[in-house]
Amino acid sequence: MNNLRWRILLIVVIIGACLWAIIPPDKKIRLGLDLKGGVHLVLRVQTDEALRLETETSAERVREDIEKAGITGATFKTLGPTSFQVTGVPPAQDALLRQASAGIQASYNREGGTGGTYTFVMKPNIANDLAAAAVTQAQQTIERRVNELGVAEPMIAKQGAAGDQLLVQLPGVTDIERAKSVIQSTALLELKLVEQGPAGSRENLLQATNGQEPPNTEVLPGVEGRVAAGERPATVYYLVRKVPIITGRDLRSAKEGPDSFNQPAIHFSLKPDGATKFARATSENINRRLGIVLDRTVVSAPNIESRIADEGQITGSFTMQEAEDLALKLRSGALPAPLTYLQQQTIGPTLGADSIRAGVIASLASLTLVALFMLFYYKLSGVNSVVALVFNLIILLGAMAYIGATMTLPGIAGFVLTMGVGVDSNVLIFERIKEELAAQRGVRASINTGFSRVFLTLVDTHLSALISAAFLFQFGTGPIRGFATTLFFGLVSNLFTATFVSKTMFEVVLAERHSDTLSI
Amino acid sequence: MQIFHNPNYNFVKYRWHALVVSWVLILAGLVMIWTTGIPLGVEFSGGTQVVLQFDQQRPSIDQVRTALDKHFPGGGQNVVVQTYGTEVQREILVRVPHTGKESGTELTRTADEIQAAVRAGGLGAFKVAGTEVVGPVVGQELASKGTWAFLLSLFFILLYLWFRFELSFAVGATVATLHDILITMALLMFFRYEMSLNIIAALLTMTGYSTNDTIVIFDRVRENLRGMRRDNIKDIVNVAVNQTLNRTIITGGTALLSVIALYFFGGEVLRGFAFTMIVGIITGTYSSVFIAAAIVTFWRHGKGGARIVAASAAMPAAQRPTTTARQRKGSRNGARAS
Repeated sequence: MNNLRWRILLIVVIIGACLWAIIPPDKKIRLGLDLKGGVHLVLRVQTDEALRLETETSAERVREDIEKAGITGATFKTLGPTSFQVTGVPPAQDALLRQASAGIQASYNREGGTGGTYTFVMKPNIANDLAAAAVTQAQQTIERRVNELGVAEPMIAKQGAAGDQLLVQLPGVTDIERAKSVIQSTALLELKLVEQGPAGSRENLLQATNGQEPPNTEVLPGVEGRVAAGERPATVYYLVRKVPIITGRDLRSAKEGPDSFNQPAIHFSLKPDGATKFARATSENINRRLGIVLDRTVVSAPNIESRIADEGQITGSFTMQEAEDLALKLRSGALPAPLTYLQQQTIGPTLGADSIRAGVIASLASLTLVALFMLFYYKLSGVNSVVALVFNLIILLGAMAYIGATMTLPGIAGFVLTMGVGVDSNVLIFERIKEELAAQRGVRASINTGFSRVFLTLVDTHLSALISAAFLFQFGTGPIRGFATTLFFGLVSNLFTATFVSKTMFEVVLAERHSDTLSI
Repeated sequence: MQIFHNPNYNFVKYRWHALVVSWVLILAGLVMIWTTGIPLGVEFSGGTQVVLQFDQQRPSIDQVRTALDKHFPGGGQNVVVQTYGTEVQREILVRVPHTGKESGTELTRTADEIQAAVRAGGLGAFKVAGTEVVGPVVGQELASKGTWAFLLSLFFILLYLWFRFELSFAVGATVATLHDILITMALLMFFRYEMSLNIIAALLTMTGYSTNDTIVIFDRVRENLRGMRRDNIKDIVNVAVNQTLNRTIITGGTALLSVIALYFFGGEVLRGFAFTMIVGIITGTYSSVFIAAAIVTFWRHGKGGARIVAASAAMPAAQRPTTTARQRKGSRNGARAS
């Protein structure tokens, strides 16, 4: 009796804890995107582009150093994301070049040397690290942006075999377009010196150089001048230095606000490192234009009028909202590499609400049907299975709430299987008890044998299902993982309710009355 | 209350018939897969899918198709148009099978073009209830990962059952599970359901159910192997199947009850799932009796029931003496002491 009291207490505590975790359900149970509605994106970080940027920066560094060392006439060419070539170094200056490139020796292998041609190839482990870092940085950047957007419980996770994919889920997002534009834009800010321009067309711009981009420069489109709201500014072209003076990485902060003409603008300040570089470049280039390049478009190209150290302003033709979003993107850091989108899904709240309503109705209908059948077929003992079924549901939901798992449609599939296995466990035990009763054993003995004999069968069925749940979790992707999670907790809670809870209920009844019949 | 009182059907006798029926179904399914391919949902094939919810009245599929033929770039030949959900929801699903390059603008463009085309058709105002755009790479990855997860879990269940029972049982259960998958796939083919993540979830669910069902019968066979050691394996299996028949019918019945409810009340999104489960539960129940058990009898044929006994000789052999005795005499109603 004492033992029985402890068992009841244990059950009450577990059920109480689970109920506490799930009430009220609309606040405590996290719904997946397929039920709640929202945006689901899979994107790939183009790590090659991050490597290319690094390679170009390294090449620029070597170029500056050898020019200082007095080597002239060397040309630089980027061969691929991880390699660049230097040609035209006179053999006599071989030693000088080696000295000048010592700074990047740790990351690059230098090949060749005969005929004044050198190839620098980034070491594979360095390239891998950089690529991985780019993905992590992209993940963190998107996370910060999304957080500032105020999305509740966003999910940003790495996925994919190559490790360069990011899964972004924004549940319950209503302004889908705005969220998308904040994530989608790479907000790659670069400040580059303008060599030529603006000009109305690419041809005009390159007239002086026979239509070729001079070495180390590139042509970028841009907008010129201010226009009235609603009007599109004309596209112009600039010839700019390929390597930026500073990039978004050098930013310390960015904030939107009106400029001196009371137009929307973004005020930024620089980190000490960037400020030094910026101050040097601006003081050397007074009266030249500085291109403010956002995502490969020149948004404005003001004249450098004096040396600027650590603060500046981005002006262009934005609306206040655009300026605000831009400042947010800059604040949250530039993406280290552009993104491409592999998958994109928006589930309208109505579609989600419809499927959850349908799912809940269907689940309740099937639960009721099964419960009625069990009561009809097993009479009073059927009560055990109904209680076990309901407890099973409560514990499963409670466990999901505690680990913060989300309910998805495949998750509901897991529920269905759990319920099926749960009823099966009850039926197995009851049928066995019936067999024992038919063999003229006493009520107590029949119940005991029924439970103990079936227990091993249940262990077999549950363990093999747990094995498959584990593998599905380990190797499956999102929805399959959701299924595996519900299945896992469902199986564990089922083993508890079908054996421990149900047996306790039988014992309570047996303790109350000493009958030699059993309603089953 | 009892559905069957002391059933003693000779299930094992019909194992050949069952095998023929199963093979015919599976082969028909395989032929269909071979000739028409598995219809893949947008998650796996890649493509663009838009669900449009009309404000006033749902236009007919033909109207939408005409609008797409006229206004969608490239016409509407390969475009799938379906009604979605109930009449009240006024939803239409439009799907374009292949996306172009996997890049940002390409990805959204098709969805925009679909909307523009339907709008240009002047079929009434609508909202976009959902869009889904999947590049081919993601689809392939999803399919291959899912398959691997499934095969690995099947393999480890085989190992577990080998460890807990013996190889013939493990192979029987695994083959029965594969059988169920193939039969269910065949029926999905016949009714032209598309492979979607929900259907995959349903296939996984029924796999779990099927294995569960088989193990219960095997457990009984193992138990009977101890008590009926001199009996023919066919009789032992038959007795086990009959002893668990009530449970098999009830469990299968209640599970069927719940997924039928899911089929009728679960809405469009769950319909494919529920259909798969209905087929899966029926074939899962059938295969535990006719396929899994039959494999064990083929495997152990002629060996009698003596193999496990050595390991469990210490078990009280006379658990059910009447069962053993009567079964051997072939009494029609002797499967259970009653």
